[in-house]
Amino acid sequence: MTELSAHLPQFQHGQLTENFPDTHLSNTNDNSERRRHDNSERRRNDNAESETNGQPQNNVQQVVEHDEEEDEELTLKYGAKHVIMLFVPVTLCMVVVVATIKSVSFYTRKDGQLIYTPFTEETETVGQRALNSILNAAIMISVIIVMTILLVVLYKYRCYKVIHGWLIISSLLLLFFFSFIYLGEVFKTYNVAMDYITVALMIWNFGVVGMICIHWKGPLRLQQAYLIMISALMALVFIKYLPEWTAWLILAVISVYDLVAVLCPKGPLRMLVETAQERNETLFPALIYSSTMIWLVNMAEEDPEAQRKSKSSTYDKQAPANRTQNEDAEADDGGFSQEWQQQRDNRIGPIESTPESRAAVQALPSNSQTSEDPEERGVKLGLGDFIFYSVLVGKASATASGDWNTTLACFVAILIGLCLTLLLLAIFKKALPALPISITFGLVFYFATDNLVQPFMDQLAFHQFYI
Amino acid sequence: PAFGLFIFTIARDPLRIIILIAGAFFWLVSLLLSSLIWFIAVKASNPQDERLQKGLLIFGVMFSVLLQEAFRFLYYKLLRKAIEGLVALSEDGCSPISIQQMAYVAGVGFGLMSGAFSMINLLADALGPGTVGIHGDSQLYFLTSAFMTMVLIFLHTFWGILFFHGCEHQRWWEVAAVIIMHLTVSGLSFCNPLYVGSLVPSYLLMAAAAAWAYLLSGGSAQNLRRFLLCKC
Repeated sequence: MTELSAHLPQFQHGQLTENFPDTHLSNTNDNSERRRHDNSERRRNDNAESETNGQPQNNVQQVVEHDEEEDEELTLKYGAKHVIMLFVPVTLCMVVVVATIKSVSFYTRKDGQLIYTPFTEETETVGQRALNSILNAAIMISVIIVMTILLVVLYKYRCYKVIHGWLIISSLLLLFFFSFIYLGEVFKTYNVAMDYITVALMIWNFGVVGMICIHWKGPLRLQQAYLIMISALMALVFIKYLPEWTAWLILAVISVYDLVAVLCPKGPLRMLVETAQERNETLFPALIYSSTMIWLVNMAEEDPEAQRKSKSSTYDKQAPANRTQNEDAEADDGGFSQEWQQQRDNRIGPIESTPESRAAVQALPSNSQTSEDPEERGVKLGLGDFIFYSVLVGKASATASGDWNTTLACFVAILIGLCLTLLLLAIFKKALPALPISITFGLVFYFATDNLVQPFMDQLAFHQFYI
Repeated sequence: PAFGLFIFTIARDPLRIIILIAGAFFWLVSLLLSSLIWFIAVKASNPQDERLQKGLLIFGVMFSVLLQEAFRFLYYKLLRKAIEGLVALSEDGCSPISIQQMAYVAGVGFGLMSGAFSMINLLADALGPGTVGIHGDSQLYFLTSAFMTMVLIFLHTFWGILFFHGCEHQRWWEVAAVIIMHLTVSGLSFCNPLYVGSLVPSYLLMAAAAAWAYLLSGGSAQNLRRFLLCKC
């Protein structure tokens, strides 16, 4: 395994580079597109909804205004449900990452660094270390930015095949190679003997089903589960191969970048969304996690980009379209389109319909949504968000002196950040970055808990005082 | 048991989960601030002096209790505003969740967080090898910690209900009673490892708080009898 580990960094470097651009770009694309779509869709949906709520068509005018208000109300009202729909996968991902970190020692061993972070942190002086980590973070961020811009450019010039291929390769890498490593390490930890044939069979099955689920069609739960697993794997890779200070710096800078990229008029993500909206397409589905799904059946048949879409049946979260490194490549096409599709489907209610109904629906203008069921409206979250949340919590559990206290504190902080972001999403109704608030809270709580609360709790536990 | 409470009563409704997590967050922030104060005090004092350190710790605990109650109050204010918002949003003019339910959920949130923080490192260490009380400390360390944590979680839940009820009806003596009870329980924990002194009164206080909260929530001896005898 040592050989394999040695090869891993290079491999990962190569693969990650490919994936990075994908993920970043896709995320931005997806996010912006999604959000726009979601927003506009939502408005239309609400209108449609009110129409279908027993009011005749000729009351459309009245209804429209009423709908606007109801729209807001409904949005906020069902916000709680959507928040929970996002809480569960984020929690699951974090739990998987923390459980792995705690039990499998492979991910906390220093086995070298990624090619993106060439400067080591094992230096003599603190100043040197700080400088190295800043340089590392700068390199990583510039790689991410380059990838994002590349993705935007590709998307603008309609090089869909390239993006598509990119996504496929990165998801292939994730599903097969990384999970093979993961499985190997888990077996080593628990001292389970396993022969290569069984392992090959298991990995093959896992990978193929994953590819099908993510990029094509599959049951929603399975898709969601695969996306969670992929995010967890990616987060584990980051935790292992990023040195400490670099990791924290990268987290901080990425949340700033996310904020800038999504909200600034010239930001790449925003441009992606605008382009997608101009073309009335969805963003890459593979990079997004959607909480609802129904459209799968529909999409594949009607949409020429159905393949891409089906790939990224992710959770749609309006707010952040974080980059899911691996998912990006694949999700780019699928993610957005899927999201959009989903939203469309959500709006028109759970349609297990036949191709005819789909064709009919597609032929209709977006406003003529019929039985819109607000409950079905899903919310989408970029896979990159999952990854970075899990990286934060995983790093907290791996390297904190406060151990479980710190992990728990970061977990609660991230969930609260997610709540707040969704609240803002409901208020502003446009694509929002999901990273900044949660990561800021998480970082603040991590450092505060580790340095301040831990000694306090230690002393309390020692004397068995209770507060 | 607290976790069972969570599963049966809170996990169904997403709004309650959010309130729970937000409650836990508020408790965490109060803990953070109080440990900040304690940390500053410790750094500014002599680390060699045992008695001083212990005194500082006691001061830290009391301060933390006060801060916790302050944050409970802040959380109450936030929830009041939220309820108004929810009422405005809902279709039929009444809120999907009542203030009592919110009080209960907030109490559970506080309790779970405080319990988790008290116990979880202990639990993690308990998995590993070792002997309890090898240096002459009590051998019942784990057991008593577990019981104490449980009583504290329940107490937080009841305090939440009492506190919110007091704030609702402007009965400030109820609020003051909650604060005094909290201080008492923490203070009682100071006489650990003399467990009799801390556990027993805590449980008595918990029973009293439970009965009080139950009565406030509209229960009565009759309800209780009917429930226990499984009448419909």
